Amino acid sequence: MSDFIVLKKGLDLPVTGAAKPVVCKSIVSRFVAVEPVTLKGFSPRLLVKEGDGVLCGSPVLADKNNPEILMTSPVSGTVKEIVRGEKRKLLAVCIETADKQEAAAFKADASDAASVRKGLLESGLWLQLRQRPYGIIADPSVSPKCIYISSFYTGPLAADSAFCLGNELGAMQAGIDALGKIAPVHIGVCENSVFAGLSGATVHCFKGPHPAGNAGVQISHVCPIAKGDTVWTLSPEGLAAIGKFFLKGKLDLRRKVAVTGPAAIEPAYVEAVPGTPMAEFQSFWGADAEGLRIISGDLLSGRTVGAEGCLGFGDNQVTIIREGTEKEYFGWIRPLRWNQFSTDRAYFSWLMPWRRYNMDTNLHGGKRAFLMNDAYYAKMLPMDIYPIFLVKACLAGDIEKMEKFGIYEVLPEDLALCEFVDPSKNDLQEIIAQGIDLMLKEMA
Amino acid sequence: MLPIFEKGGKLGWLHSTADAFDTFLAVPGTVTRKGAHVRDAVDLKRIIILALIAVIPAALFGMWNVGYQHGLAIGDARLNILGNWWFGFLRVLPIYVVAYATGLFIEFGTAQIRNEEVNEGFLMTGFLIPLIIPVTTPLWMVGLATAFSVIFCKEIFGGTGMNIWNPALVARAFLFFSYPNQMSGSQCWIAFKKGETMLDACTGATPLALDGPAQYGTSWWDLFLGTVPGSVGETSVLCILLGAFLLLWTGVGSWKIMAGSVLGALLVGWLGHIGGITEIPAWMQLLYGGFAFGTVFMATDPVTSCQTECGKWLYGLLIGMLCITVRLFNPGYAEGMMLAILFANTMAPLIDHCVVSVHVSRKNKKLKTA
Repeated sequence: MSDFIVLKKGLDLPVTGAAKPVVCKSIVSRFVAVEPVTLKGFSPRLLVKEGDGVLCGSPVLADKNNPEILMTSPVSGTVKEIVRGEKRKLLAVCIETADKQEAAAFKADASDAASVRKGLLESGLWLQLRQRPYGIIADPSVSPKCIYISSFYTGPLAADSAFCLGNELGAMQAGIDALGKIAPVHIGVCENSVFAGLSGATVHCFKGPHPAGNAGVQISHVCPIAKGDTVWTLSPEGLAAIGKFFLKGKLDLRRKVAVTGPAAIEPAYVEAVPGTPMAEFQSFWGADAEGLRIISGDLLSGRTVGAEGCLGFGDNQVTIIREGTEKEYFGWIRPLRWNQFSTDRAYFSWLMPWRRYNMDTNLHGGKRAFLMNDAYYAKMLPMDIYPIFLVKACLAGDIEKMEKFGIYEVLPEDLALCEFVDPSKNDLQEIIAQGIDLMLKEMA
Repeated sequence: MLPIFEKGGKLGWLHSTADAFDTFLAVPGTVTRKGAHVRDAVDLKRIIILALIAVIPAALFGMWNVGYQHGLAIGDARLNILGNWWFGFLRVLPIYVVAYATGLFIEFGTAQIRNEEVNEGFLMTGFLIPLIIPVTTPLWMVGLATAFSVIFCKEIFGGTGMNIWNPALVARAFLFFSYPNQMSGSQCWIAFKKGETMLDACTGATPLALDGPAQYGTSWWDLFLGTVPGSVGETSVLCILLGAFLLLWTGVGSWKIMAGSVLGALLVGWLGHIGGITEIPAWMQLLYGGFAFGTVFMATDPVTSCQTECGKWLYGLLIGMLCITVRLFNPGYAEGMMLAILFANTMAPLIDHCVVSVHVSRKNKKLKTA
């Protein structure tokens, strides 16, 4: 173990509905969607048409700007429907799964960097890589400073990666060995992690509340990103998939998914592939999804997908939570408000750190200008950054200041907790995302 | 909300006003649309109401003190605690009514024009204004000063959260420079009924407005308790400390600013004392005038103070040092707290700029060596 970093700032959100560490079912869905919408920087071009047969690993979409980057099907079957939205924007390719699953065979060769890159691009596993700054899909023409993997999740009710991947250490090791050909690999682990024994990577141990598990936070402590630097990040699930690919020559994106949330019935894990329709998870919310919000991802930065949506490309968590549409009479003036959680000492939840709360999606107030000062937010961000200065630079669209205040180091998800505590109820993640979009446009 | 007030409804133009009352009665059923799906239960209403509760002891004591000083001045000590308080309450209430009515009218009006939600910031400003002016200030002046500060200190910058200076202090500064006769001297601090006059033996001036030895007529205990003439809320250091305790306990007020201000005042007070400029010991400076009230309730305003932790220390120090410097070197202008805070408000962005610049260059150096 090379270093041990203790982070004090942040918060583990005390919300009910953590998943029991059992896999209650293995979902084999009749339909699976290939959804490019969550991949920032990927502009999809169709490679298939309705009725075409695909194998697990066959290309379905290619990036218009970088045609070698492919998005492949996670299952074998036939293309059932091509879903388009406004202005014919491609939303998803719906694939009907075949009864007998067949995988495309690849010549997976991890002997040198070029063949690893080729293997990842052909199999679609390239899309598992995220490029920082900006959190976009990785550019194959770039040689990154390092490849960083955070091996644990700290988000609210997040999946326990030791439970999900504890028996895939061999695949993860193969993944590290392959990626190590491209760039030095760093891996962030939590205390007493099963992943600390992986070799071929620099291991950094982190301890602390959320967002300690965010790759961005860890990178800022071990290999900070300066202007001009590039770092690729990867989820532990992605690493295991890459390892399995180089071991077996097949694409296998099946993963354990934690179904969680205060409104989830008996939250537990399931096995599924990305793109699995939410209908398959229906047993976790019962007959009626009315008044519920179904999120692919976690409570802080997940995406609302609804009962008709599907599991996001990189997600390993589904969260189900009640919509908080009821008014609360004299809410803000009631002295105790026993059932509400607040980090602010204006309430008393800080006296009861053991309590878990049945939260809902209520905003708990109206939108205001920033009134509290930077320090109020900075206690939620264990990075060497002044969050509100950065946010205001983004609002002003001031590129120079955004650079100075650290836009290269953050993704919206890193400021999610700042957004959570904001008494002015501003959408900080949205503001940062817009800042990143502006940077991408201006710096291109 | 009633449909008549919805946008497009018959009274749709009153949307902001109706919304303000609606959200005052209940936390609305608005749900998160973007970003984090769950949010902290705290909102600005809660934070501001807490700050307001912290001021209440000082306000209640101030009202009592108005009655008490009146009794002393006319040589009539017959009134009991409640009687004194009631006398003061009746004198202060109209000031509150005027300050709130003027300020809220403008706040609601601008929110209406901008089509925004009404901001609760003025609840605090309006509570502070009557406490930092002499009880004898004519009501039209209170109204005028409030209007001036809300419009020119707040709304033209974009409303609460965008202002540079503390609006309550701007209102006081406006009065101080526009109507100095009503705001200083020895007459203005004590309320009289019609026809009453002050006993010759009694002095009504605040300790600071007096010269040299006369100051010793006021014991530190009187100053601490607050049984001296002064602006309504500023006299009782004890009650202000109660408020400070609540602000610090809840974290609404920054302890760094308060500590910085006290340290700065002690430093300059001590230098003045050993330098022979004043005979007042440094610690007594903390009890005089509006220092305590300003340090606890005005300097800690999160909008107009420094954003950065390091900046807060500097900002506090600046206030404390300036306040006592004005007291020591400007005999014509006895009380420096108001201008010290307004000046520090002006400097706060600059202090932050320096702190952040140092931070950024240090970080860049680290990045280059890494």
